[in-house]
Amino acid sequence: MIFLNTLMIGLREIGSHWFRSTLTILGVVLGIVSLVTMSAIVKGMENAMKDQMVVYGGADKINIDEDEPPSYQEHKQDYSPGITVQDAYALKKNATLLQCISPEMRWSYGRASFQDKRTYLSSFVGVWPDIMNMEGYEIEHGRFFSSYEDHIAKNVCVIGADIRDRLFGSTNPDGTPLDPVGKKININYIPFEIVGMYKKLESEADRKKREYQLKQQQSRSGPTRGRSSGRYSNRDRFWHRNNVAHIPLNTMWMKFRMATSSASSSIKGRFSTSKSSEPEVFAPDPKLSDFDVKALNVDVLDKAMGQIRNVMVRSHNGIEDFSFRTQESVLTNINKRLNSAQIIRGIIAALSLIVGGIGIMNIMFASINERIREIGTFKAMGATGSIVFLQIIMESLSLALLGGLFGIPASYGSVWLLTQLVPTENTPQITAEVLAIGIAFSACVGLLAGLFPAFKASRLDPIEALRYE
Amino acid sequence: MPLLELRDIHKTYHLGGETIRALDGVSLDIDSGEFISIIGPSGSGKSTLMHILGCLDTPTSGTINLDGMMIHDASARQLAAIRNKKIGFVFQFFNLLPKLTVRQNVELPMIYSGLSGKERRERAMNSLSSVNMEDRSKHRPSQLSGGQQQRAAIARALVNDPRIIFADEPTGNLDSNTGVLILEMFDKLHQEGRTVMLVTHDPEIAAVTPRRIEIRDGKIANEIDPKLAGEIPKFGQSK
Ligand SMILES: Nc1ncnc2c1ncn2[C@@H]1O[C@H](COP(=O)(O)OP(=O)(O)OP(=O)(O)O)[C@@H](O)[C@H]1O
Ligand SMILES: [Mg+2]
Repeated sequence: MIFLNTLMIGLREIGSHWFRSTLTILGVVLGIVSLVTMSAIVKGMENAMKDQMVVYGGADKINIDEDEPPSYQEHKQDYSPGITVQDAYALKKNATLLQCISPEMRWSYGRASFQDKRTYLSSFVGVWPDIMNMEGYEIEHGRFFSSYEDHIAKNVCVIGADIRDRLFGSTNPDGTPLDPVGKKININYIPFEIVGMYKKLESEADRKKREYQLKQQQSRSGPTRGRSSGRYSNRDRFWHRNNVAHIPLNTMWMKFRMATSSASSSIKGRFSTSKSSEPEVFAPDPKLSDFDVKALNVDVLDKAMGQIRNVMVRSHNGIEDFSFRTQESVLTNINKRLNSAQIIRGIIAALSLIVGGIGIMNIMFASINERIREIGTFKAMGATGSIVFLQIIMESLSLALLGGLFGIPASYGSVWLLTQLVPTENTPQITAEVLAIGIAFSACVGLLAGLFPAFKASRLDPIEALRYE
Repeated sequence: MPLLELRDIHKTYHLGGETIRALDGVSLDIDSGEFISIIGPSGSGKSTLMHILGCLDTPTSGTINLDGMMIHDASARQLAAIRNKKIGFVFQFFNLLPKLTVRQNVELPMIYSGLSGKERRERAMNSLSSVNMEDRSKHRPSQLSGGQQQRAAIARALVNDPRIIFADEPTGNLDSNTGVLILEMFDKLHQEGRTVMLVTHDPEIAAVTPRRIEIRDGKIANEIDPKLAGEIPKFGQSK
């Protein structure tokens, strides 16, 4: 009852000095805006880093790298075979704790051509179908090549969407998306048949940029063939994936490595003696350029690494010439960056809300100084110190909450402005949680800022207050 | 048993090295239903006495018994409750809240006693009509004349049905005609059986009350009490 009445009187007081109150509220609004905007930016960074995590692969991913053997095995170094196709087969057969095994054999450059059009590939790799799961590729048109096609080393390829765009254009003349499956292209002068195309990967920010540019183009010169417009977004983190060409591992090994197999023949020679079926002189280099596997889940990560070690030590003549790399370090790094962003956010928000709070406190002191006689009257009418206290606190709380209330649309405005002015890849995002925190924060500021003036008012001697001219 | 019973009240202030005896041994009995004026020159201690009687202040020494309660050493919270229920104040400068309407001003003491909104409104309107102000209930104080403001203030003082009403120079800020009107209003309250105490430095105003107490230098210097003298001057006779 008293609560409601003091609130009423407080609101009336605020309303009667609307200009002064507006300025005070503005202080809180700015505080809330900076809190919410900062949070939105941090959230945007978080989203961007999650995008990046997708590119890196998840926490269950293990990179197997070639390494120096440990010191007690140094004398055997010459017998170390390195990481080869054989390891992939060995793991496939024996490592039960792995859900996918993705050996990669990379060619140092790749150039695809179709009729008079040509384009450079970001990477030209021989892979197993496991690459799909490993790196999170999705098929848009066609299919991935089969194990059989790998087995017989067929000249088939799966390409990234940008390659299609550059060789054939992205759409048919009637505007439907162009399906490149079945087309024959040359990669490094060797003919390949396209059996599939990956879905285009792009970040949220890129998609917006593309749509915006498309709209501009259309308004300028009518509908065009949707060729990717310029080098504008060339180096974003998905660019690499959209310009890739994947061929079967065996095709890469047999057909490309065969042609140039002259280097490190001693290792090859020793290695191929154990595989008598391969001709010694022309044995292509079986070394993998990249070897990633994925454990069944994160919990068995350590066990899976033990298993890999056992299997590979056996096929490596007992030499432990490899090491493992997991995403743990990347994860902790990302978390560290996020944490520091959170701390900066907290400091800025706290500072600006303190400024708002000081504004409120200032106005409340001015207000009670003006109303000393009124407060004396309240007391003469039987108001206790605590009622007067409540009265002043309610006023400052109302000011702060009004600030919080107007702060929400203002925050949306500021975030919108920000995205218009600096369209980054880390599009800021406002979450409901942050809005709730903002309101709670403004309430706290109101309470804290009102505390001291309210205390002063509650302690006013009624006689002094009534005598005050 | 009297309504108010003061025994040897002292109030001293210390300013720098100086001791100011605002009240210096005042003893006084006030019965229910009395109409009293406190008169004396400026600085004699009239307001100080009224503040102590009205529970706005506590004496340095001495005892006060209000309505059977010893209040000279009561806490601030207890004093607030007594002021709210048993005492009504009328001030020289009216002290109405400018942002509230007349009716809301009158409702104010009832808010502190926790009455419901409906009851508050009813009693406020009753109180306003007893001072002929019911048609001004929605006005702001600034839209009223001085006399009307003081009548609203009287309505506010009456609304919690207090045992005693204190008025410190209630006509000090009004022209003489309006002042007479306000004094008539106090006389009417007295006729209805209420206890009223006026504080003034003007003998003409003091003349309207049957009992007059003159204060000088914090002491009771002179007293006219109809109970003792048997002479009851009627209102307006002193002119
Ligand atoms: N807070 C205080 N501190 C010091 N001295 C005070 C204080 N309050 C009152 N006095 C002194 O006490 C004396 C009595 O003051 P009081 O206000 O009671 O006078 P008064 O009779 O009401 O005068 P007036 O007719 O001018 O209102 C004065 O001398 C005054 O200076
Ligand atoms: Mg006085």
